[in-house]
Amino acid sequence: MNSGRLTVENACKKYGRQEVLQDVSLSVFAGERVALLGHNGAGKTTLIKLILGLTGLTGGTIDVFGHPTGSDGARRTAAYLPETVNFHGMLTGREQLRFFARLAGESGKQVDGVLEKVGLASAADKRIGTYSKGMRQRIGLAQVLMRRPQLALLDEPTSGLDPISRRTFYDLVDELAQAGTAVFVSSHALTELEARTDRIHIMASGKLVAAGSLDALRKEAGLPTRITVKAVHEKADAVAAKLGGERVNCSSVQLTFGADEKLDRISAIAGLEKGLVEDVDLAPPSLEDLYRHFTAKGDGSDHIN
Amino acid sequence: MITSISAVAGIELRIAIRNRWVLISVLLMTLFALALVFAGSAPTGVLGIDLLTVSVASLTTLTVYLAPLLALLLSFDGISGEAERGSLPLLLTYPTSRGAILAGKAIAHILILLLAICIGYGIAGLAATLAGGASAQGVEALLRLCWTAPLLGAAFLGIGYTLSGFSRQTSTAAALAIAAWLILVVLYDLGILGALVFDDGGVFTSHVFPVLLVANPADAFRIVNVSGSQAASLASGMTNEIGAASSWASLLSLILWPALSLYVAMIVFRRYET
Repeated sequence: MNSGRLTVENACKKYGRQEVLQDVSLSVFAGERVALLGHNGAGKTTLIKLILGLTGLTGGTIDVFGHPTGSDGARRTAAYLPETVNFHGMLTGREQLRFFARLAGESGKQVDGVLEKVGLASAADKRIGTYSKGMRQRIGLAQVLMRRPQLALLDEPTSGLDPISRRTFYDLVDELAQAGTAVFVSSHALTELEARTDRIHIMASGKLVAAGSLDALRKEAGLPTRITVKAVHEKADAVAAKLGGERVNCSSVQLTFGADEKLDRISAIAGLEKGLVEDVDLAPPSLEDLYRHFTAKGDGSDHIN
Repeated sequence: MITSISAVAGIELRIAIRNRWVLISVLLMTLFALALVFAGSAPTGVLGIDLLTVSVASLTTLTVYLAPLLALLLSFDGISGEAERGSLPLLLTYPTSRGAILAGKAIAHILILLLAICIGYGIAGLAATLAGGASAQGVEALLRLCWTAPLLGAAFLGIGYTLSGFSRQTSTAAALAIAAWLILVVLYDLGILGALVFDDGGVFTSHVFPVLLVANPADAFRIVNVSGSQAASLASGMTNEIGAASSWASLLSLILWPALSLYVAMIVFRRYET
């Protein structure tokens, strides 16, 4: 038992004979932002529901900051943002949040501040029935922020949000983590997670197929890094010959190599005589590449969604 | 615990006021009750009984149909509605028990029933008194109606939540609620009356029939309100079969039913997997 983190050990879940989750182990520490990636049906939501105690484990243990899952202590510790959250349309945003504050045993005086933070101050007294999907999602986030939880479980939080809202959303998540909350977020939106998480877990068919920081996953996957060298007009062939790369069009040369060769390649480019190279673009394997790599290894399919 | 119960009750009341359930319940009760009072005003002159007493007899029959119906309408989406909206999983992750959530809902819905019944029958009683006078027994019978009707309603609230807890969709829960109303309030009586006729004074009539009558909350409610009031003489010769003993048994049944049905609803809700 460790009171400073969420620990999932060998978690298993069966619905009837179907194994939805097999032997999943992971931990999330205070102040850490951890992402959970996987196709629909990979078991992400099931794992989150198990952590929240909404459904029972078939095997293994889950410890929420020193409290067994599903206990009153665990529920006091963790806040949850469901994937699709719909509140009663007849209530206003402010009423809904006041209700949640009372349920959490708080006074509700932080409601106004939180509404301001998620950008709903002006809509606070309108009925939720008139809200857009993004606004309802922000009420969902507001109830998480309001509780200042030790652990925040966010299930697909940005689906249905526009790009600007997504950014503000992750700004608020960062703030939450900086205040010491362990943030566990499941998502499909890979590019936005890339810069916004400390560690990544990838699930496929109910199993954890990869875990670690982005760098660690890159090392583990051993996917090639790509450098695109844009040559000065009519010098592409010369550049390709000198660097040993592949010419992709009349002016660009592409170099593909393992992560450990990166510095050598860069110094080779820097060592070229003047008047050959116009621009250089370096692309390490993206999270999407890694995701495809690990999930394809896990279940033999490579589609997202 | 107390805070969560009152928080849930408060929010349920607010929702019921907003979507006009409170208004509809009160209007429905008042309109039906007034209609019965004035439709029933004809026989008073002949029988020499005050209009209030006559009215209570018809209001009792009205309550048998309307109180369960209102209760089921309030409760059928109590669990499945939250589940369908997707707000149930979130609600259940809060540090409060499922028991407290259900208790809060039940309290709000009982208050709405109480309000609808007291206002509706209060206005009807007043109108009857003004139009045709009232006796002490009439007032007593009306008061008895006002506190037993919410008990009958509460019994059906528990049934509504239970059915809601068995349904994945509100539409299923609604269909089940209508079926429960039809069976317990309408078909049950037809069934046992049919059996009574068929039995023609045998063992069923003397031993089984009284038990079956008391076991149904709607019939228990009718017996409690009909026996022990002058209205008894107006409401068929049923009392001959029943007597004082079953009047107490009916009262017990009327108190046990809400307790039991709400308890069962709690068990079903505790087992509900989101």
